[in-house]
This record gives sequence, C-alpha cells and structure tokens, in this order.
Amino acid sequence: MVSFIYATDSNDHCSGELRLNDTPFSLPQTKTAQRSKTLPEGFFAWLLVAPAVLFIAVIVAWPLAETIRLSFMEAGLGGEKYVGLANYEDLVTSRKFHEIIVRTFYWMFLSVALKLVLGLIGATLLNAAVPGRALFRVLVMPPWVIPIAIGCIGWLWLYNGHFGVLSGVAQNFGLIDGPFEFLAHKRSAFYSAIVTDVWVGVPMVTLFFLAAMQGVSRDLYEAAWVDGAGRWYRFRRITIPQIMPVIVSMSLLSAIFTFNSFEIIWILTEGGPRGASTTLIVDTYKTAIGNYKFGEGSARAVIIVLLLGAFSLAYLFFLNKVNKKYGAK
Amino acid sequence: MMDRYTKWQMAGIYVCVAIFLTFVLLPFFEMFMASLRPLEHLFRSPYQFWSDDFSFDAYHKMWETVPLLGRYIFNSIFIAFSVTGITMVIVVPAAYAFARLDFPFKKATLGIFLGVNMFTGAVLLIPLYRVLRSLGLLNTYWAMIVPGVAFLIPTGIWLLRSYLEKIPRELEEAAFVDGASRMYTLRRVVLPLAVPGLIVVGVAVFIGAYAQQFLFAITFNQTRELQPLPAGLYEFIGYQSVTWNEMMAAALVGVLPVMVIFLFLQKYLVAGLTAGAVKE
Repeated sequence: MVSFIYATDSNDHCSGELRLNDTPFSLPQTKTAQRSKTLPEGFFAWLLVAPAVLFIAVIVAWPLAETIRLSFMEAGLGGEKYVGLANYEDLVTSRKFHEIIVRTFYWMFLSVALKLVLGLIGATLLNAAVPGRALFRVLVMPPWVIPIAIGCIGWLWLYNGHFGVLSGVAQNFGLIDGPFEFLAHKRSAFYSAIVTDVWVGVPMVTLFFLAAMQGVSRDLYEAAWVDGAGRWYRFRRITIPQIMPVIVSMSLLSAIFTFNSFEIIWILTEGGPRGASTTLIVDTYKTAIGNYKFGEGSARAVIIVLLLGAFSLAYLFFLNKVNKKYGAK
Repeated sequence: MMDRYTKWQMAGIYVCVAIFLTFVLLPFFEMFMASLRPLEHLFRSPYQFWSDDFSFDAYHKMWETVPLLGRYIFNSIFIAFSVTGITMVIVVPAAYAFARLDFPFKKATLGIFLGVNMFTGAVLLIPLYRVLRSLGLLNTYWAMIVPGVAFLIPTGIWLLRSYLEKIPRELEEAAFVDGASRMYTLRRVVLPLAVPGLIVVGVAVFIGAYAQQFLFAITFNQTRELQPLPAGLYEFIGYQSVTWNEMMAAALVGVLPVMVIFLFLQKYLVAGLTAGAVKE
C-alpha cells in the first residue's frame, strides 16, 4: 500500500551482516563450536523469505503467467483456441479502446492532482497550531478506514437527483430547475466518479503529508522566522522542499491506486452512461467477467500491467533525481 | 511565538478546516440523514432537507430487512483480522531477511515484491478464479482471505523492512556473541524491539484488508452467509424496492465497530507514520 515510499532506500545494509569468522582475532574455542550450530546465512534467509515467495508465486505470479498465455487465446466458457496476436490487434485498431486509454490517463492525472493539492492543503491545516487539531486529525480518517464500497453507497445517495442533498439544496437555492441526476449524464458521471475517488484517497495523502511536515526540523522554521520570513515564504521555501520526497512518492502511489481504482466506478456507474466513465480496469472487468471473453480481457490486463510498469519505471527514475536533489536518503 | 496567529488568521484556519471536513464527512452525514428519514419522505417534491418526523425506526427494522447484517459485520472483521494475522506471520520473517541478511537474488526478489504492488487483483481475476477453484477454496472464507493476503504481503514487507533497518545492529551482534542462534535472536531480540513497527504495519495491513474486500467477495464467493459487509449490502442495492433508510442505517452500524477500534488506534497510526513511513 505504501511501499513506494521506500523505493529508493539503499539496499547496501545487507552486506554488513555479522559473521563470526570475520573477526580479525582468533576466537576462543567455545565460540568456534557455536558457529557450527548456526545455519548458513543465505540458507537461513531463504527459509525466512520462502513463505512469502511461495504465496506470491501461487496467487500472483502464476495467474499473471496464465493471463499472458490467455491473452493469445480466444477463450471463454466453451474452451480455448490459439489466435496469436489477434486480441492485441483488435485493441490496437479499436478507436474505442484508444479513447479508454486516454480517459484512464486523464482520470488518473486529474484525480491524483486533486488528491495532492487537497492533501497538501489539508495537512497544512491540520498542522496549524490551533486548539482542536487532535480532533480534526481523527475526523479526517473515516473515508480511509471504511470499506470503499460503503463510502460509495453514501455517494450514490448524494448524487441522486431526487433524494440527494446536492441536487436538493441546489434546487432550493434555485441553481437548477429540476432534479439533477449526477450519474445519468456522461460528463457529470465522470467527474462525479473523480470526486468520489478523490474523497477516498485524500485522507491517506493528508495524513502522510502531515506526518512528513511534523518531521521537518523546527530549527529551520525558527531560523527563517528570526530572519523575518513570513508564513507563506516559510511554507514555500522550507516545508515544500523538505517534504518533496514524500510528495513525489505519494503521487506515484496515488497514481497506481487511481489507475487501478475499480470499486468506485463500478458501484457508482458501472462504467456508464454509455461508457463515459469506463477506465481500463473497468473495461477489463466488463470484458472478462461481464462478457466471459477471457482472452480479450487478458489482453487488456497485460496492457494494464505494461502501461503501469512503464509509468512506474519512468516515475522511479524521476523519484531518484528528486531525492538526490533534495538530499533525502 | 512563531506559531501565534492573529484572530483573523485563526478564524480563517477554522473556516478552511470546516470546509475540508465537510467534504470528508458529507457522505456520512448524508447517510445518517437518509437513515432517519421516513421512506415516503424521499419522494417529496420539491426537495426538503428537513423532514418533520425523523425517526430511528430504520435502526430497528434493518435487522429484519437485512437478516444477515450481524453476520456480514462479523465476516468483514473476521476476514480483515485473518488476512492481517496471516500476512504478518509471513511478512515478519521475510522483512527481517530483507533488512539484515544477505542472500542470493535478494535484490531481484525485493524488486518483484515491489512490482506486485503495481497491479491489483482486478486484472488477475480469471486465472485467480481458476487457481482458487483448483485449490477448492471457492465459496469459502479462504477465497477472500488468500488473495487478500497475497496482495498485502509486498506492502507489509516494504513497510516493515524499513523499521527493522532502524533497530541498532549491535544488539543482535551481542546476542550472537553470547551464542544465541539466528532464530532465537530474531524472536527474543529483534521482535520485541520492533513492536511499535509491527503495530503500525499491522494497522496498515488491516486497513487494506478491511477497505478492499468487495471485489474478491463478489467474484470468488457466492455463499451469502460468508459475505463481508460491503458485498452483503451491495446485493440489496439492485432490488426493486430498496428500503434506503434501512440500507443506510445498516451501512453506518456496519462500519461502527471498526471505527471505534480506529478511534483507539489512531494515536499509533499517526505516530507510526511520523516515525517510520516517512524518512527525513
């Protein structure tokens, strides 16, 4: 969930492991006897890692390999037939699929940008030394710690033209003439789904930014304050650069979440109306699970993995540069 | 001194916090209002925010409309705890190995774990379905627990590894010199020191396991008695006559137990994020 935070951790600790035979002076007899009882390091390490590796191999790696194989098949409930690259050719030439890819990236960039901006504002507010901030910090958490699907039920209601408070209050104020169904129109459905996605993601981003802000040394602020720097200047020149590594890694993490965001769209719109909120992941699900086109669905899944892989590599490269520039380890 | 605000600044901060929290809490507020509203008031036109006879009836009736509600709540928590428990048992030794030991293919393995984080179960549903079927796990709790664990292992390893790296190496070395075996050192020296980290990672894994049960549940489980809360309630949304007020009441009551747990744990969570997840 939060792993990319460590994407640039140095791995060089591993070589410093204690080995008794490295000791430069000769060991007393008892110690030498002890050594034979200890397992070799590499063997012991693999023993510890094995359950995790085994689990991932069976539940992730093997299905992934299956997905790649299926993507070259015409597969359904009836059986499988090798069709070569046909599934991919269909996708490459499909205009609808191009639209879905463009929409997915638009969805991702817009949603992530909003999450980061709101998260930064939220963290700054919660970091302000005002009475009640401990309570505010608790109140930010609920969207994060409830099942995503439950939050979506609440939003489903909010967006309802007849029952929902949004449409209702807008009518009462005369902003709209009649009930407005947020999820029934192509454009509003897409943006409504984005708002909900942002709502789900903001608490986590906020709390991570808040944690990062609290890690910034007070000395820096005090020094700047003594020199007469205002709040805005301190925020721009101290806070932002200091938490930059977290901002960058958080944005990658959010991007991956948002790209893969399925439940929200599925519960709110099922990708509709008329495909207006269908992203890659929803399209994949619809093709494979909804229409039992396992082969075509798998080809889409492979494209998702490739796109995310390419995106992440580019991002990690960028992250490394940022970390170097801001001197974070 | 530096942190002192003028009255106007103070007011501005509170107004902004209020707006921010309104956005965050609006759906909960709306769900609560809907749960109090008598069903026939829903179709009133023009829209009235205030109904004259709000009542808590839905909170009684929901237990009849959603007879398995108690079971759903239990399932959700049970699945989340099982996932967390199993994940931690697998993650702790692996994270230790990655943090402290040297072994062949270490970097490659770590890289693969990182890569697994990149995609979700949604892209692997069909083969995953087949794997679970051939293991005979479909329509059992395991159908939801096993995939949940798999996709949380990498997260857990990455998080915990960075905690373990911060524990002073000298302590382990001292244990070694005193003749402790590797396993003993891990159990009696490293783990007790890692408790704060273990709590934070455990909480993070729990959130992941609890928040994202929906997809695996609707895909791999058809047994109604085993459904977690979100999947159980989702089933009702498609019905012709949805008693919405009861649905909202059920959803709110359903998430209450875990909310209460988090109220107590939030201190650790925020502290943990500060201490571990963010490197200065």
